[in-house]
Amino acid sequence: MTPPEILIKVTDLVFGYPGRPLVIDGLDFELGSDELVGLTGHNGCGKTTLLEIIMGLRKPQAGTVEILGKKCTEEKHFRPLRPKMGFVFQDANDQLFCPTVADDLAFGPLNLGASRQEADQVAQKVLDNLGLPDFGPRVTYDLSGGEKKLVALGTALALSPRLLILDEPTNFLDREAVARLEEILRQLQLPGVIVSHDVGFLDKMVKRRYWLEKGRLTAV
Amino acid sequence: MSALGGTVNFLSRTDPRLKVLILVLWSFLLAFVQSRAAAWVGLVGSGVLYAFSGPQSLIKGLSRLLAINSFLIFIWLTLPFSFSTPGTEIYRLGWLALTQEGLDFSLILSLKALAITLGALAITSSSGVFELLAGAKGLGAPEKLVALCQLMTRYISVIGQQYARSRQAMRVRGFQPRTNLHTLRSYANLAGILLVRGLDRAERVRSAMLCRGYNGRFWAKTDFRLKFLDLGLAYLTLALGLWVTILDAA
Repeated sequence: MTPPEILIKVTDLVFGYPGRPLVIDGLDFELGSDELVGLTGHNGCGKTTLLEIIMGLRKPQAGTVEILGKKCTEEKHFRPLRPKMGFVFQDANDQLFCPTVADDLAFGPLNLGASRQEADQVAQKVLDNLGLPDFGPRVTYDLSGGEKKLVALGTALALSPRLLILDEPTNFLDREAVARLEEILRQLQLPGVIVSHDVGFLDKMVKRRYWLEKGRLTAV
Repeated sequence: MSALGGTVNFLSRTDPRLKVLILVLWSFLLAFVQSRAAAWVGLVGSGVLYAFSGPQSLIKGLSRLLAINSFLIFIWLTLPFSFSTPGTEIYRLGWLALTQEGLDFSLILSLKALAITLGALAITSSSGVFELLAGAKGLGAPEKLVALCQLMTRYISVIGQQYARSRQAMRVRGFQPRTNLHTLRSYANLAGILLVRGLDRAERVRSAMLCRGYNGRFWAKTDFRLKFLDLGLAYLTLALGLWVTILDAA
């Protein structure tokens, strides 16, 4: 077996919003290709901020971010790597901006250079895997909260990412929808980071859990 | 069916590009019509198009037309009396003179307005917003403009939900709109928070798009092919358009 690759490596990260104490203060984090980890912490402790820094959506004041072995400091470094990190936003409404589910799922592959036909095929495959085979023509804002969340996950999966980054995937989901999500994630077997307050869900899904407090991570 | 999905009928199965073209040309043609006969034919033509746009009930169509009628009332209240100097007077009430020319002009204006509205209703009610936008793009409309309309259509309901939630939150805390400064200030706060949230949302949507490799291109389906059915619609509107033009020129 090949040794696990380091997918994300973050060292000495510092970040603060203007006029407020630092949210990230000398943080180190590493994600190997063989692990799915959980990230918890109090409201406003900087979990989402950390994810945004990893995705290159926010610039840290200090520290380094390495994605798939490449050091990333500028937008142009992050750009080709972002689709490899399937990032699913907290609010599915932010993620789903296209008229129909099929359009939304095709958006990523089209950006990556797929033809319309290939993109449509990818979209259908993702829908089949999610157990929503007939959802293609559905209008995105007519979906229920749980359906939206699954489709939002689908938009990330359509990119065939190397890892997943999920921000509060179980928020506003009922128990049935959570069970479905668990099953899908288990089948995918992708490494990644899950931010969640739902300790029960995390215990089932991840081997390791981190606690973010005072700008640093501690293993739980 | 959903309001955006449209129903299945003759018009809904035709090429959206053709429909956008018809919508624009037919509306402009009718707007330039000057004769009463041509305006009548225009209204009949729009009626035919409307009939092809599916099994909508007459009442629904008429109620939609009522909206435009509320504007027409003002035309009928003012225009017939505005031709007093050169017109043929048919009735006089003090200094108000009702003229034949004024009446004719009001009638033509009303017919044109109704015809354009009915024609637009026929096209828009038989196709989804996104389909028409894709059609417009297929005709060479700017990509950014199309994307803007697309995003607006998508997020107007999200903003609407946010508005409804905020209104509820105000109501459960005992807010009752009155004619006072408190009410005005509360509404201003509501409008403000909607704008701020809208901006936040826009930034998050952009981030989410960046995460999926967005590079400035929007992808709308534009692989249309003209079918036999489209030819039928094209000939039909062409015939109607010619009829209107010939009548108007005569």
